[in-house]
Amino acid sequence: MSTFYFIAFLSIFFSILVITAKNPVHSILYLILTFFTFTVHYILLNAQFLAVVNFIVYMGAILVLFLYTLMLINLNKESEPVKPFMVKIAGVFGGGILAVALASSLKLVATSNPVILKNPDLGLVKNLGKVLFNEFLLPFEVSSILLLSAMVGAVLLATKDPKTAS
Amino acid sequence: MDSLTNTIHAVPLNHYILLSAIIFSIGVMGVLIRRNAIVIFMSVELMLNAVNLLLTAFSVYRGDASGQVFVFFIMALAAAEVAVGLAIIVMIYRNTNSVDINVLNRLKW
Repeated sequence: MSTFYFIAFLSIFFSILVITAKNPVHSILYLILTFFTFTVHYILLNAQFLAVVNFIVYMGAILVLFLYTLMLINLNKESEPVKPFMVKIAGVFGGGILAVALASSLKLVATSNPVILKNPDLGLVKNLGKVLFNEFLLPFEVSSILLLSAMVGAVLLATKDPKTAS
Repeated sequence: MDSLTNTIHAVPLNHYILLSAIIFSIGVMGVLIRRNAIVIFMSVELMLNAVNLLLTAFSVYRGDASGQVFVFFIMALAAAEVAVGLAIIVMIYRNTNSVDINVLNRLKW
């Protein structure tokens, strides 16, 4: 039980560091640590398939893509834009109001039923694969078209236009 | 693995919702207070992950595997979104030589 609270504290701590770090590279490294704590959450919930997918897709693919983009656009600290102090205060205030509103409207401080894993192999690959390829076969196939169109779109957007390139 | 999953038994569902709400709010704050387009993008990823964690917790709570399949689809969607979004950021950087979103407030050059 205390494992969950320790990992939850680490998640919140690293996600605050993500948005406050001055250097974007440090932000990305803290984001990797945040996603690692999410992987530990998935393992604690015995969702082993999601833990592995989170590890490979998020920490392996998406964050490497972020790091590559940052390397390509070559930011330095002098060009790092900073918002005015009042805007920052207003942003933090607005986010805090959102958290308080969510917590109070859902009565989150009240006691509730504990999360109990009734079926121990709920999140295993075998069980999820049966659900995915029976009930969700059409969305699975459609998502392949989504990935293909995203790939074509990314290539089209990121290549230089030969007419406008000087 | 049995001893590991036994540790979760006493955690109330509300604490999972609270954790996800806090991390989602941190993501909203990140979008509001930063001007670097890449950091704003990372805050959006943070919000997506908070929702993923909550869907998994609900899936375990209800004993229904559909929630975890939804998380799988959200991850595929996030991969597509990141590819297109980062391509747009690279294109913006090539045109304006910065990733400051205040340069883009007129949406034209």
